[in-house]
Amino acid sequence: MKHLLAFTGVTLLLACSQAMAAPATLRIGIQDDPDMLDPHRSRTYAGRLVYTALCDKLVETDADLQFIPRLATAWEWSEDGKTLTMNLREGVTFHDGEPFDAEAVKFNLDRARTLPDSQRKSELSSVESVEATAPTTVTIHLKKPDATLIAQLSDRSGMMLAPKAAAGADYASKPVCSGPYEFVERVQQDRIVLKKYDGYWNKDVFHFDRVVFMPIPDTSVRLANLRSGDLDMIERVAPTDVKSAKADAKLKVYSTPGLGFMEMVVNIDNGSKAQNPLGQDKRVRQALELSLDRDAINQVVFEGLYIPANQALSPSSPFFDKTKTIPARDPEKARALLGEAGVKMPFPIDLKVANNPIAQQIGQIIQAMAQESGFQVNLIAGEYATQLSEQQAGNFQVALYNWSGRPDPDGNLHQFVTCKAPLNDARYCNPKVDELLNEARVRNGLEERKALYAQAQEILVDEAPYIYLFFDPRLFVARGDLQNFQPQPDGLIRLENVRLAP
Amino acid sequence: MIGFIFRRLSAAIPTLILVSLFVFTLQKLLPGDPVLAMAGEERDPQVLEYLRDKYRLNDPIAMQYLHWVGDVLQGDFGRSMRTEQPVTQLLLSKLPVTLQLAAWSLMFAMLIGIPAGIIAAVRKGTRVDYGVNVLALSGISIPNFWLGLLLILLFAVKLQWLPASGFVPFSEDPLRNLQTMLMPAFVLGASLAGTLMRHTRSAMLEVLRSDYVRTARAKGLMPRVVILKHALRNALMPIVTLSTLLFGELLGGAVLTEQVFSLPGFGKMIVDAVFNRDYAVVQGVVLCVGIGFILLNLLADVLYRLINPRMRTSA
Repeated sequence: MKHLLAFTGVTLLLACSQAMAAPATLRIGIQDDPDMLDPHRSRTYAGRLVYTALCDKLVETDADLQFIPRLATAWEWSEDGKTLTMNLREGVTFHDGEPFDAEAVKFNLDRARTLPDSQRKSELSSVESVEATAPTTVTIHLKKPDATLIAQLSDRSGMMLAPKAAAGADYASKPVCSGPYEFVERVQQDRIVLKKYDGYWNKDVFHFDRVVFMPIPDTSVRLANLRSGDLDMIERVAPTDVKSAKADAKLKVYSTPGLGFMEMVVNIDNGSKAQNPLGQDKRVRQALELSLDRDAINQVVFEGLYIPANQALSPSSPFFDKTKTIPARDPEKARALLGEAGVKMPFPIDLKVANNPIAQQIGQIIQAMAQESGFQVNLIAGEYATQLSEQQAGNFQVALYNWSGRPDPDGNLHQFVTCKAPLNDARYCNPKVDELLNEARVRNGLEERKALYAQAQEILVDEAPYIYLFFDPRLFVARGDLQNFQPQPDGLIRLENVRLAP
Repeated sequence: MIGFIFRRLSAAIPTLILVSLFVFTLQKLLPGDPVLAMAGEERDPQVLEYLRDKYRLNDPIAMQYLHWVGDVLQGDFGRSMRTEQPVTQLLLSKLPVTLQLAAWSLMFAMLIGIPAGIIAAVRKGTRVDYGVNVLALSGISIPNFWLGLLLILLFAVKLQWLPASGFVPFSEDPLRNLQTMLMPAFVLGASLAGTLMRHTRSAMLEVLRSDYVRTARAKGLMPRVVILKHALRNALMPIVTLSTLLFGELLGGAVLTEQVFSLPGFGKMIVDAVFNRDYAVVQGVVLCVGIGFILLNLLADVLYRLINPRMRTSA
């Protein structure tokens, strides 16, 4: 009997210690499957969610979009703004044990700048050369001053891959970085598994042993998985699901204004579809904007959770222009403008929307609203990839478009509205706007830049080549006992200090 | 028998060539530029051009086709443009999921459909017959994704008996693997069971009317023996054909079911690949499914011969 008791005791003890040592796993439901896992070549937003745990970058952003040290502990600009010197963190190693130093930074920045299929080239286009001036000091020489560089280094352009591994051919399917979690396995369209990296310089603030990202495209299925306990957290929650998630005592909803926006792109000078009053006369575009009631769309489609917009810079950005108030809907004035422009009412326009329920719903509401203001909107719903290529080819009059947003204002404006910009599907071109936005790139003071952006946006609101509609909120739902999670404007999930309540 | 299999296999080669030609050209007719679809928000013209070159998208279509076929003949299906994983590896990683789902679904379908069809045929014109028919029709008519969502709500969210979605390989955790398969296999099986039941019923009715069944009954055999041994065996022919064809369809991927239950099978892969214009993946999957279909047809013919001795001599 005594033996039996002792035996039971030992087994119990063993069981307890096993329970305590059971690996803590965080399972995150994400909306789509990332593309290749190589920060310099990948394009998807879902990929950035994974990199946040996998790949450390030189600079980090905090909840107020201020830049804070990560792998770079400090940085300094030269007088003329053409040299950036960064001090690097010591004692950092990559997941394969390779040490992180100035040479590694040089390797990475050069790779991102020169790899033929690097998607980061334009982000680093101002860099002339990178020099490892000391083991922990790197000096970046620029062709011209670039105020956006720090922001670029806080994202994929500043992510550090292990040089030896990155030289291999299979990097994209077995990424090696220096982040708090290292790569274990990936089953496409099913999961990406990471485990805690024991050699991480700041490992004590990361409390999960494993992080699993599971792509589940259907928003209601994602929520159902969270409810059933098969996931611990989900991102990009559908606004229509928020009410029921809030009503569930076992769940917690997180929300913060994001950086991304939804807009209507108007074809100004991209082929023959621009040759009509909408493309040629700003009064017609102003009339279109005046026909919209953003609040109504927000209530109907987004349960009031989106943030109406008439500029490219989100309220969570320090560059947000508070003076740009959203014009109230005014069908009378819209009709008057159309009359002034001399167009025959109802004026027909083609609006391209993606063939998902949300975009189509927005299209239908715009259609109804614009009708009362003298427009006749024809909705053309199509698959998004097709819409993008038609947009670029100029085969559109107006298109509903989403942008995921960048922390630096430049990334939300310059590449859309300057004359030769790659994403300028409208082919809008105003030398004054180019001048202001180019100037804002080379100035370093916040107030100075803010004033330049305000001036540029003044012109953009007036000429309305892009009619901004909403900033999207970052919506997350997690199990109620998850602690210390802070949603951030970029929507990425930072796991520092995040843990389950004991 | 071996000669027969060999002849059938060589006859399949032209079919496969046609399939590969169709997939290849139909895909090229899709609007949308694969490189642009892939680029998403980043659109550096230089990079786009480099990628078009890398994937030979600027070559004439005939050249692209020949290149691809040449690689496939050497066992290289290419790499996914989106993730750079080799297509062969992708196919191998999805095949177990799809095969397992197809097998379980077909099992559900047969376990429900065949007995129900027999009962309906034997009790023709009675309430039992109508009841089974109504059930079968609802099985066919209820959309998969809707039934799937309802099951998730009941068994995963409310009762928490089964995982809502996802897949665990059998080798990793057999019990969990069966749990994740149960709901999707049932959903798929339920819709197939209806079809199978209708066919079983009509085949059985025909056989039950035939002379030898009447003779068997007249001999005083037990009804159970008459139905299961004499009638069913002959009625099985169309059911075998149908089942193998259904299995072939299941291999093509159960797109909606896989989507709802987040099962990483062929269906989900091919839909994602089409939307991303990931040509190599689409081609690989379709070709693989085509081969599967041809093999299954062959299997059906072989099974005929095993079930029906008369056919053994005819070929």
